[in-house]
Amino acid sequence: MAERYSSFEEGGTRWLWQRITAAFLVVVLAFHFFLLHFVNHAYEVSFMASSIRMDNLLYYSLMILFLVTATFHGVNGVFNALVNQGLTGRRKRAVKYVLVAASVLLIVQGVRTANAWAGISLF
Amino acid sequence: MSQSYDRGLVEDFGRWKEFSAGMWAWVFHKFTGWVLVGYLFTHISVLSTAVSAAGNTRAIEAQNDVYTVVISTLESLLVVRILEVGLLAVAVFHILNGCRLLLVDLGVGLDAQDKSFYASLVLTGAIVVASVPTFLEGVF
Ligand code: HEM
Repeated sequence: MAERYSSFEEGGTRWLWQRITAAFLVVVLAFHFFLLHFVNHAYEVSFMASSIRMDNLLYYSLMILFLVTATFHGVNGVFNALVNQGLTGRRKRAVKYVLVAASVLLIVQGVRTANAWAGISLF
Repeated sequence: MSQSYDRGLVEDFGRWKEFSAGMWAWVFHKFTGWVLVGYLFTHISVLSTAVSAAGNTRAIEAQNDVYTVVISTLESLLVVRILEVGLLAVAVFHILNGCRLLLVDLGVGLDAQDKSFYASLVLTGAIVVASVPTFLEGVF
């Protein structure tokens, strides 16, 4: 049966970015899971082991990009779902700002954590 | 469009008994998406203990810094390991069904969308079952 179910308006900006970030996340999330549960084991993780990984600039950049895309994809997904359920006007704007603020906090905190491992002290 | 008829709104959750495969896929994709963002915030919070651990070279070398202790304590708990298997199930379904949605939007496989949904479910089950030993290793 040919039916398409989506909460996104097909062809819209939110729809497009949700898909672009999804394509990137498939690869990176699979890599992340594989590296930390199969190659290394979560129960053997230590500050030193995380540091050694984060010292590699390529790994560090990939993790920062992963943080930003996953945050965007997750928060954009939540926002779009609420819009799809009928969120409009002032409440829509308020929800948007709360979500943007939460995303900024999450990204700042994630970068601080990555920096702690990489030995970068910015703030 | 093939032989479609008006099923009404999928947003009308109260009608769940009448839902078709595609509608269930939509509901599961939402549920798993929301769990994943929730986890992302939790995950960064837990990892943030690394910020306080940093700089304390002696503790880091002795592997008793805050971060290492928090992670190894969490990983020693059976509940945490079980929740991790749950997270794996949620993530694998979201990834596989997400690929299915990407393909459908590219114009591939709309006619088999119910079959590809069942395939996502079966594959998720298989991957999760196969990963259980690795996820529980060392906890008993
Ligand atoms: C790894 C590969 C991933 C793929 C292929 C993927 C794919 C998708 C797609 C295609 C949608 C749009 C669904 C629609 O049209 O209604 C979506 C929604 C969503 N995704 Fe993902 N995603 C992935 C990872 C993630 C991650 C890591 C998170 C969490 C940070 C996440 C959270 C969400 C949320 C919250 C939604 C909105 C759900 C709703 O409609 O209520 N996804 N995903």
